Amino acid sequence: MKLSRTLLAGTAAFALTASAAVAQTEISWWHAMGGTNGERVNKIAADFNASQGDYVVVPTYKGNYTETMTAAVAAFRAGEQPHLVQVFEVGTATMMAAKGAIYPIEQMMADSGEPFDGSAYLPAVVSYYQTPEGELLSMPFNSSTPVLWYNADALKAAGASVPETWDDVKTAAQALVDNGMDCGFSFGWQSWVMIENFSAWHDLALGTQENGFTGFDTEFTFNNEQVAARLQEIADMQKDKLFVYGGRRGDSLPMFTNGECGMWMNSSAYYGSIVSQAEFEFGQTMLPLDTAVASAPQNSIIGGATLWALQGHEADEYKGLSKFMTYLSSAEVQAWWHQETGYVPITTAAADLSAEQGFYESNPGTDTAIKQLSLNTPTANSRGLRFGNFVQIRDVINEEMEALWAGSISAEQALDNAAERGNALLRKFERTAN
Amino acid sequence: MLKRVHFPTSLLPYLLVAPQVIITLVFFVWPASQAVYQSFLIEDAFGISTEFVWFENFSYLASDEQYLGTFGRTIFFSVCVAVLSMSAALLLAGFADRIVRGATTYRTLLIWPYAVAPVLAGALWVFMFNPTLGIFPYILEFVGIDWNHYLNGSHAMMLVIFAAAWKQIAYNFLFYLAAMQSIPRSLIEAAAIDGAGPVRRFWDHIFPLVSPTTFFLLVINAVYAFFDTFGIIHAVTQGGPANATTILVYKVYNDGFVGLDLGGSAAQSVILMVLVIAMTVVQFRYVERKVEY
Repeated sequence: MKLSRTLLAGTAAFALTASAAVAQTEISWWHAMGGTNGERVNKIAADFNASQGDYVVVPTYKGNYTETMTAAVAAFRAGEQPHLVQVFEVGTATMMAAKGAIYPIEQMMADSGEPFDGSAYLPAVVSYYQTPEGELLSMPFNSSTPVLWYNADALKAAGASVPETWDDVKTAAQALVDNGMDCGFSFGWQSWVMIENFSAWHDLALGTQENGFTGFDTEFTFNNEQVAARLQEIADMQKDKLFVYGGRRGDSLPMFTNGECGMWMNSSAYYGSIVSQAEFEFGQTMLPLDTAVASAPQNSIIGGATLWALQGHEADEYKGLSKFMTYLSSAEVQAWWHQETGYVPITTAAADLSAEQGFYESNPGTDTAIKQLSLNTPTANSRGLRFGNFVQIRDVINEEMEALWAGSISAEQALDNAAERGNALLRKFERTAN
Repeated sequence: MLKRVHFPTSLLPYLLVAPQVIITLVFFVWPASQAVYQSFLIEDAFGISTEFVWFENFSYLASDEQYLGTFGRTIFFSVCVAVLSMSAALLLAGFADRIVRGATTYRTLLIWPYAVAPVLAGALWVFMFNPTLGIFPYILEFVGIDWNHYLNGSHAMMLVIFAAAWKQIAYNFLFYLAAMQSIPRSLIEAAAIDGAGPVRRFWDHIFPLVSPTTFFLLVINAVYAFFDTFGIIHAVTQGGPANATTILVYKVYNDGFVGLDLGGSAAQSVILMVLVIAMTVVQFRYVERKVEY
């Protein structure tokens, strides 16, 4: 008798919790953050869930950026799409062209009656994801920008100073190699760092139609003599090992952290990895200026990913999602995310809060990315880029640049090939985008 | 009288083959026909705007230098993988066949790599050959080779060929060993009595006698190199540098799942499907009939 009463009570308690769970609206969030960043994503969701009782955000790791995007596309085609999906910046044009599939963030928040103030966000961060009219399409989540990482010990030993221009980079690389290093400098994510950001930094257009922002009939113009001259000089620097190519993406990170290369250009978000791997004094500084191209730098552009809301769910769920967007952009969450990961904060308030908390003072150089992004008001050339099929086009650029580093073609030829093959992919995209 | 015993027409035989037919329909015929249909379409990633274009995806491929280059590269890759893994397996099987003591241990060790998943096999080779951290580039430096498969296409190609061939040796070894052990001992002993040494016995007796296995393995290895090496390439080079290791099946993945160009990717997989069918026909019609001894 006693047993059955306990059982009964247990069942009742279970039924209660179950109905409480049902009353909460579930919001699914597919993301591409593995490892430590994945745990941070879970923490953000858990904190949000604890902060209110109506909605439950359920984050799910779906693999790397491409895998996550492909998963979301496949799910959408099957009618099983999540509410929110993290898509990397090069997928932006594909996402925004899919008008029936996405729910622009700003519009979603307006429809849900959630206040949204566009001016609170860092212009260089949000401009990448706005329509030409200024409507925010997706919520920036993890954004970074390439910086110049340097091995302070090695530079000091070689008697070189931290470079500010490309001429300085060459001098410093020479000094490092003369001092016995195997490699002066290297970089990763070469299309992003050496084509996209090099162009923005020197206010050069990557393509017509304001880098694709104002129309799908855009064509590439990055095959200009300024970019070609810079890449050719880097290719020539390989002869004396002043420059050594170390692979795509972050593959060349070990070359920097094990002391092979003295300088490395790549995302500011490698901060965490470098802190844990480098056994030397290191620093980060702004990207070098090519004095033959411009007299002062413009601003760099971001990389990383944003969160897209997908169509096909209930109004109440979007309301919860809007609340989550507000929570995510709050200064506390953003400042924490920024300081933990090295990604840039998306709002000015979060940057100010980080400064107040003394983060930049105790970690010198960590504000380099923000400084670079907000150096000037973004121009049409430095706002970002919006090219369809850009995932494939980046591969094309990678392939042609690798052919350049291998010495089989000249920089001019590599860029011409990349632009020609890229334009063919743009035309293919234009056909399906309208 | 005999006709009387004939089974009356009943549903039973149809029911008995039904599971197999249904599985084939659901898991092969249906997806294959979907791929064929998709290959006639040009559409955006989400499938919102779709255009039926007949053979445009195919004619684009026919004029795409990158795709044609991939074809030649795939053939080179497959021939290298097949030759390398089969000759290594043949050699090892030849030795294993002669061994008396500890034969089981030896054989078990040789079969092990087959149990390794392609991606893991790839990861092993990535670590061993990492230009910065790997042990092999370090050793190669002493003989003056600056190994960098991130940059050097030939290095990358060699690496994936070795990794793919290594993975397949175990499988080939099993078949060769079985074939050798089914050769009557008396034949080999007779040759030995006639004064043929081990090398002579191998080339004049064993090698011709295992030739049906060789032809069988040739087809199997070609199919393996064409289709099953995806995991290795994905883990080791991701098709790079500068497309140097992009083979047909990798390009299907890259265009479809990374580039989200579903029509173009489907057209490529339809071409691959035709290739497999052709290879299978060759195996059944031609090779199996020709090889006799």
